Order: sequence, then C-alpha cells, then structure tokens
Amino acid sequence: MFQTIFNTISSWSPLTQFTFWSAIKVFGVFGVAMTIVAYAVLAERKISAFIQDRVGPNRVSLPLIGSIPFLGPLLTRWGIWQPLADGVKSFIKEDFTPSYVRKAYYWLAPAITFVPALVVIAVIPFGSYIGNQKMVIADLDVGILYSFGIISLGVYGIVLAGYASNSKYPFLGGIRSSAQLISYEIAMGMSVVPIFLVTQQLNLSAIVEYQAQYGWFALPFCARELTPLSFMIWPFALISFFIFLVSGFAETNRLPFDLPESETELVAGYNTEYSSIKFALFFMGEYANIIAGAGMMVTLFLGGWSVPGLSDAAIAKTHIAVGVAHILIFLFKVFFLIAIVIWVRWMFPRFRYDQLMDLGWRRFIPVALANILIVAVIVWAVTTFSNETKPALAHSAYQVNK
Amino acid sequence: MIVPRKNLTFWERLYLPAIASGFKVTARHFRNTVFKGNTVANDLSGGFYPEKKWVVAEGYRGAPYLVKDPEGNTKCVSCQLCEFVCPPKAIKITPPGPAGTADRPNAEKMPKEFEINMLRCIFCGYCQEVCPEEAIFLQKDYSLNAESRQELIYNKEKLLELGGVHQDKIWKWKHKAEEAKEQTTFPVAK
Repeated sequence: MFQTIFNTISSWSPLTQFTFWSAIKVFGVFGVAMTIVAYAVLAERKISAFIQDRVGPNRVSLPLIGSIPFLGPLLTRWGIWQPLADGVKSFIKEDFTPSYVRKAYYWLAPAITFVPALVVIAVIPFGSYIGNQKMVIADLDVGILYSFGIISLGVYGIVLAGYASNSKYPFLGGIRSSAQLISYEIAMGMSVVPIFLVTQQLNLSAIVEYQAQYGWFALPFCARELTPLSFMIWPFALISFFIFLVSGFAETNRLPFDLPESETELVAGYNTEYSSIKFALFFMGEYANIIAGAGMMVTLFLGGWSVPGLSDAAIAKTHIAVGVAHILIFLFKVFFLIAIVIWVRWMFPRFRYDQLMDLGWRRFIPVALANILIVAVIVWAVTTFSNETKPALAHSAYQVNK
Repeated sequence: MIVPRKNLTFWERLYLPAIASGFKVTARHFRNTVFKGNTVANDLSGGFYPEKKWVVAEGYRGAPYLVKDPEGNTKCVSCQLCEFVCPPKAIKITPPGPAGTADRPNAEKMPKEFEINMLRCIFCGYCQEVCPEEAIFLQKDYSLNAESRQELIYNKEKLLELGGVHQDKIWKWKHKAEEAKEQTTFPVAK
C-alpha cells in the first residue's frame, strides 16, 4: 500500500512534491514542537519542585483514565494531563485589556514574541534523511544568518510589550530586555564564527554532516574520521560553546539572566499587564525559544542527529529506521539541553543589570574576538602546511550528497 | 552599623566554581525528593494537603471564632469594639436593644446576632486584641471552604459552636455574681 502511495506521489510534478513534503514536515515539526513546549512546562514544574523538596503537579487526570488496567493509575499520578488543563485554562480565562494600554502594540507583542521562535526551528536539521527527504524544513544556505536575524526579533516583542503596557514595571522590563539584547547578541554571533571558519559553510545541514564525519565540535571523539584539526580547535570550540550557551540563556530570558521578568522586583516584568492566552503566548514563546536555542546548540556544537556508530546520512536514505533513529537522537540531545536549562535556574541568583552588560561587553566580546583570530590562524596553518590539499575542511560527504 | 564588603577572591570572581557547588546542592535535594520522598509536606504533616492537613503551631492566627466560658455561657457582651476595630469590616453585630437579656445571670446583654464574613476577614487578630471580655479568639482553622459566598458568612450559632469553650482562669462573671450576692446582705461583710 505504501508503495502505491509513494508511486502516486513521485508521479507528481517536482513543485507539487516539494510542496507536499514541506507541508507534511511543517505540520509534523509544529506539532512536535508544540508538544515539547507543553511538556517542557511540565518538566520545568516537576524538576523545580523536586529541587525545592516539593512534588509538583500530580493530581490532574481525565475521566475514565484511571480505570484503564495497569497503566491507568500511573497516568493519573504524574501530572501528565497538566499541560492540557493549563492550555484550556488560559483559553477560557477572562482576557482583560487594561484601559491605559496602547492597544495595537499590546495585541501585537505576544505574537511577535512567539512566532520567531517557531520560525527559527524551520532551518534546524532535526534528522538526516527519511527516504529521499532531507529532515529539515528549509535547507537554507544562509541558515545560521537567517536564524540569528529571526531570533533577535523575539526580543522586540518583549520590548514592545513593555512599551505597550504603559505601566512602570513592564516598562522597566522592556528597557532591561533591550539592554540585554545589545550586550549578548554580538558575543553570541561572534562565538559561532570559528565554526564557519572550520566548516566553511553557513548551511546548518552541512555543519551537522561535517561534525558527523570529523567529530562534534564540543566533543571531537565521536567521528568517522578523526583529524588533528578536530583536536587543535577543540579548546576553542569549547570556548565558543560556552559563550553560545551563556548567551543562549540570556536570549531565552532564563535565569540567571531573566532581567526582563525579574519576578522579585518587577512583579512579572514585561508581561505584568497581560492575562489569559496573551500571557500564555509569552510563556509558550519562552519555551519555544528554549527549544529553538537548544536545537541550535545541538546543531552547531553537539553534532545534530549524529551519534557514534550511526553517523552516516547515506544509510538513512535506504533504511527508514535509521532515519527515525537520527530524529530521536536529535530530540534526545535537545531534551538533555532543556533539562540543563531548567536545572541551572535553581543554581544561580540573578545577575544584576550592569553585571550582565559588563559580562557581555567586557568579557565575552573580547574573548570571542580572540577566539576567532586563533581559530583562523589554526585553519590557515593547517591548510597551508599540511600535505593534503584541503581534505580536513572540504566536508566531502556534503558536496557529494548535494 | 557598617557591613564590611569584602572583595571577592579570584576564585570567587570566576563564578564558575559556583556551578559545581550549586549543582551539588540542587542534585542532593532532587535525589532526596525523588528517591526518598523527603518533601516539605511529608516533614510537616506526613502527607499532602487535602488528605493530610497541616496541623498549625500554637499561637497560629487562623479564623476568629466566639468562645463560651467554662459554664457554657456566651462571653460576648455585644460591646461592638471588635466591629469598630475590624479593618476589613468583616464583623457585623446586631445588639439586643433595650429589652435584650443574656443567657446567664449578671450579664446585661449578649449579641442578638454576630456575623463574621470569612471572605472579608484577614485574620489580623485585632478583634481578639480589643475584646475586653476575651470572647473572641483566632483559632487554628486556616482552610475555609464553601460552595457559595453566603455559606462563608458565619452566624453566632456557628461561631460559638466552632469556637468551643475557653478555659478561663479568671472567672470574671462568677466573681461578679459572688460579689453581687454578698451585697444583698447588710451590713456588707468586710
């Protein structure tokens, strides 16, 4: 039956096929991403509860679920239905708009926060291949530039919310957010330049395939083909990874950098005046941003879908199971990073406003610049003095596949 | 007082060692909660709220109830001081009027009706503090539930029932009664 379906599909024109597969990928990724958002909230509540000697949500259940034999009692206990209850609650709560807000911007801000995070996920390669389909929605050759451009837009939503609310705490939150943006975004952008120097590609799929072949940037032991270059740039890749990780925390407004929100001093920061589903959009936007950031880190530094022993994209073309395994590996790495993001929240107090700017401008930017310079020298030296012409850099696998 | 601000050492300024110690502390709590079930609720009341209610400590300021004296009489004399002092205006007293009597000898009056709106009450304890008769006390109830707002307006009967008996050591009205009895004989005994 599958064969006949595939035959029908392959008889369509290339454009129709492309549209069809893209639509399937878009809906699939959107569905999975929103599910992860919902359950990341639950994970946050559970992990936070455990760290604070509480148990977190453990009561919600649907009617009749408890009467399923064996599985039922488990499904009612761990708050598995909590995201559903939260979602329904935020939709049916009163959507209150204070009289003093700037209405147009007030309505626009939650969407501007939420949408960019989802749009960024479009360029992240979440798997290698299933059949002949590349597991990425938009295989852009300028993937990373695109994602930096889009993800910064999310901050405008927060700034706009602060301005639109027309009240002092959101306003302070908005100001802090913009100060935060200019402090870490430059360092974040610079921290990934060494990777492009090494891979000589801006395409995220190509970067993952490079890592599958020559070792992950953060852990260059899991490679099909280890080269001296992998180890020479390892310490500098780690510095890049660290800067990117810390900037990622700032990007997603997570502790220790949740200055725009600062519950203890700014009530709830930029979303003080929001209620109902508008507040939920900010909330989901934060988690969607975490997922996008985690996906980006996995792609750039942790080898994307690749894992030792299963790092060949070519096998995935013929074996669907391998392609699915690649997707699961990617998701596993993303979950791991999300857990770290949640855990770190309870390890640090919040940075002060000026401390964050100091960290961004006076620590990370110089370090990132020096990092670029050193990696550039290493890459230049390797390409100039090694006997092989350019094998370590040419990421031949990608060129052939393309 | 001047709090000395010590300069941080290089090790402390690195900020990174804090990651290790932070992870140690949080991991310990995580482990103890997940595997040993050491939660705050278990420590305080041996279970979780609706099933096991937290027993509050002595002196806890819960809901205010009226009390009876050890002889079973209403202590409140309807002076209305608590009504006047109540910041959220939760107390409403209906005095008995000129014809009113009390349910015991020697007392001139008692409230005809005494209502506390528990939705308004903020458990501040001013009523207990101001009461000259020690007739109202903040007790240990902290979780008042009802299906309508009307149900949470407690009347005199309910307040007295919930309040119970105050083990009064002074026995003010008993002494007053004895004094009055003595004054009926003449000459007054010294």
